[in-house]
Amino acid sequence: MHSDQEAIKKSIRSYMVVGALLLVFTGVTVAANSFHLAVPAAITLALIIASIKGTMVASVFMHLSHEKKWIYGSLLLTVVFFIVLLFLPLLTVAGGIGKPTGAPVVAHESGAAH
Amino acid sequence: MDKVETGTAHGHEHAHGHAHHEELGFWRKYVFSVDHKVIGIQYAVTGLLFLLFGFCLMMLMRFQLAYPGSPIPLIGGLFGPDKAPGGIMLPEFYNQLGAMHGTIMVFLGVVPLAVGGFGNFVMPLQIGAPDMAFPKLNMMSYWVYFCGGVVMLVSFFLPGGAANSGWTSYPPLSVIATIGQTAWLTGMVFLITSSLLGSVNFIVTIVQLRAKGLSYMRLPFFVWAQFVTSFLLLLAFPPLEAAGVLQLMDRLAGTSFFMPSGLVVSGRPLTVAGGGNPLLWQHLFWFLAHPEVYVLILPAMGIVSEVIANNTRKPLWGYRALVYSIIFLGFMSFIVWAHHMFMTGMGTNISAFFQVTTMIISIPSVVILTALLLSLWGASIRFTTPMLFALAFLPMFGIGGLTGLPLGLAPSDIHLHDTYYVIGHFHYVVAPGTIFALFAGVYYWFPKATGRKMNDTLGKIHFWGSFICINLVFMPMFIQGLGGMNRRMYDGGMQYAHNAGLLKWNVVIGFAAWGLGLFQLPFIVNFFSSIKWGAVVDRNPWEATTLEWSAPSPPGHGNFLTEPVVYRGPYEYSVPGAASDFTPQFEPKGA
Amino acid sequence: MEIPYTVEPRPDSGLANGKLGIWLFLASEVMLFGALFSTYILLRVGAAEWPHGELSIKLGAINTVILICSSVTMVMSWASLKLNNFSKGRLYLLITIVLAAVFLVNKYFEYADHFARGEGPWHNTFLAIYFTLTGLHGLHIIGGIVVMAYLLGPGAGLWKRNPEQYTNRIEYTGLYWHFVDLVWIFLFPVLYLL
Repeated sequence: MHSDQEAIKKSIRSYMVVGALLLVFTGVTVAANSFHLAVPAAITLALIIASIKGTMVASVFMHLSHEKKWIYGSLLLTVVFFIVLLFLPLLTVAGGIGKPTGAPVVAHESGAAH
Repeated sequence: MDKVETGTAHGHEHAHGHAHHEELGFWRKYVFSVDHKVIGIQYAVTGLLFLLFGFCLMMLMRFQLAYPGSPIPLIGGLFGPDKAPGGIMLPEFYNQLGAMHGTIMVFLGVVPLAVGGFGNFVMPLQIGAPDMAFPKLNMMSYWVYFCGGVVMLVSFFLPGGAANSGWTSYPPLSVIATIGQTAWLTGMVFLITSSLLGSVNFIVTIVQLRAKGLSYMRLPFFVWAQFVTSFLLLLAFPPLEAAGVLQLMDRLAGTSFFMPSGLVVSGRPLTVAGGGNPLLWQHLFWFLAHPEVYVLILPAMGIVSEVIANNTRKPLWGYRALVYSIIFLGFMSFIVWAHHMFMTGMGTNISAFFQVTTMIISIPSVVILTALLLSLWGASIRFTTPMLFALAFLPMFGIGGLTGLPLGLAPSDIHLHDTYYVIGHFHYVVAPGTIFALFAGVYYWFPKATGRKMNDTLGKIHFWGSFICINLVFMPMFIQGLGGMNRRMYDGGMQYAHNAGLLKWNVVIGFAAWGLGLFQLPFIVNFFSSIKWGAVVDRNPWEATTLEWSAPSPPGHGNFLTEPVVYRGPYEYSVPGAASDFTPQFEPKGA
Repeated sequence: MEIPYTVEPRPDSGLANGKLGIWLFLASEVMLFGALFSTYILLRVGAAEWPHGELSIKLGAINTVILICSSVTMVMSWASLKLNNFSKGRLYLLITIVLAAVFLVNKYFEYADHFARGEGPWHNTFLAIYFTLTGLHGLHIIGGIVVMAYLLGPGAGLWKRNPEQYTNRIEYTGLYWHFVDLVWIFLFPVLYLL
């Protein structure tokens, strides 16, 4: 179908553009690393850049920008649980963030204990 | 009564649009079949056998608890000196039995039967599909489960025996445990993979292969239950798979994911890097294991709903409430898991969060139970064997659910945590809860799978004996738990003075467990003999309304000859003005 | 017996079976890697000190570039097939496989470097989670290569019999491959830079 072919040709352009942008952002990520920001700021910046890259891959390469409701819905649900899995366990040890456990650090050379 | 033309006897292929038909060899037809009905029966029979095996493990444990230190009668000598020298059970063996009883019952018994068995066999028929969306994947799912099961069984024969750190496998204990634990982890990887493949199949089948006219709100509640269950399996299992890999690495590659610094074992410091966190395992484990318990109960609720609707000759009360509740329940099940971890030292705020979500999750459960109870109001109840089990499910699940409440609140959990109260609670929901519902399902759908009915007299003996004995097994556990008797003690708690008055219940429970076992014999005999000699029935012996009853008993390859069409909701019983007391979904309007 | 909607989409959902299936599988993979990221967070937060500079940022960046390029070639393979250009589609698929293999070679060098110094996953929790995350990711790359090789080789016959179904399979493989790329997009800064 002609319109189909046209649509694909347009997409090819966007794939190339996104590919180039991804490479640019990779460079930005590495460059940002050299600024030696404080850890919280570094984490935030890195995650923002990675999220931008990830969104581009998902919406353009994976065609998510024009996908169907069932896919969106399942992914949205997944993202919610992903965030829960990442952050809720942290909150159960939140009282101890940043505090060293104080346990002795044992130096060793060998590998597996069993 | 039914207007849909369907295929004839089993093995004949008359599916429309198919140009040729080839007779499959024995192996492709019965062993490596891609037909959802064969696979469903494979899952069901394997699951039932594992339930029986897990039951036997429990019988050994209950003997030890009733008569600690006594030689096991008759078979005591079979276990060998590393498990039971002189027939007397070693604590190590008791721990193996405990860990494997839980693992086998949950992962090899109930879920394969409830989801793999009933889900596979019934769901495609109920939605009017010719098979699952991915039949080959379905076949692989079963065999991967089978391999996992073999690994679990073989682990008993490894040096040091099977896994013995509880079904929960908490590190650091599980990391330093004997090699059986490695087998457990390997087996779990197989089982989780099987579940994941299966859940993708179920979801795609329900979304994509529903018959014409079968909108989501006309689905039998059983299908909704399987649908939500599949999402739970899909999204909750992967963290446990990851955790299993991490524990395998701790055991085999010397990593310290779960091994804290400064750990000393038998007087010697462990030579691991340390820096790990045992709580990490607990989080990843319970992130699955809480939704897992809903995987255990949801299909049961689905089965009970079908049986109740059919045997009350009325529509289910509150279909929409049931559907929204089960969806909400599925969602909430992902954010309550740390109520299994109240005693791990978390702060009061996060503890409050989990207590609140746990209390909230009881609401949809109560809605579902209430809707099912209200469905009985004004009904013409037929006390068939499946209905007896379905009716018993209601108060039994009620007891199980209510006894969960003090466990879900941290202050009361302080006293009840890790006691027999917990064991009583969860067994009530799974044993007289889910397993009774599964029995109801077996009696209910046996005619569809075989073309014959199971014997009613044997069924009633099975029911009444099981119902009385199972309550005698689990009710005393609440008394023991409230009295402070800890779980997982190989001598039944003898060493603790506060248990002295509670020990007698172990003897009662022991006898009741024996009774329960004996009353399964009528079921086993009934099941196998009815395959050959049961009363022959036609395609709809229960006079039911859902789509599976329009296919022949048993359905042929492809299930339906002409494309099934659905004209109405799933529970149109006793419609005013109708010729009979049931109007099937598939009966054309004005017929 | 035909299973409906294996190739043509079902009207109300707008999906073919395989499309929904692969996305659901990817959802489960999100949770799998999510558990490992959660592990990383919990272990790092509980650590007195977290190593820096243990990994080669150069190699990591190169691998990131390689994977991004392979994602482009993967989607170009699908696009070429949609434009009915089978030979171009195959060429792009081949390039994707080659790029994936180069990624693995680089990973081999990285791993070998660590093992040569006796620093395996047992050495500290950072290396433990590094080897596990990149190891699992690497296994996914291998899996992807296997599937792509199949579609390039023995599976290519489907193009003649049912070009639409073949193109769909390339699309689903592509979705999987883009996901693998996506995971690396997060892995690289988290492990190498932060």
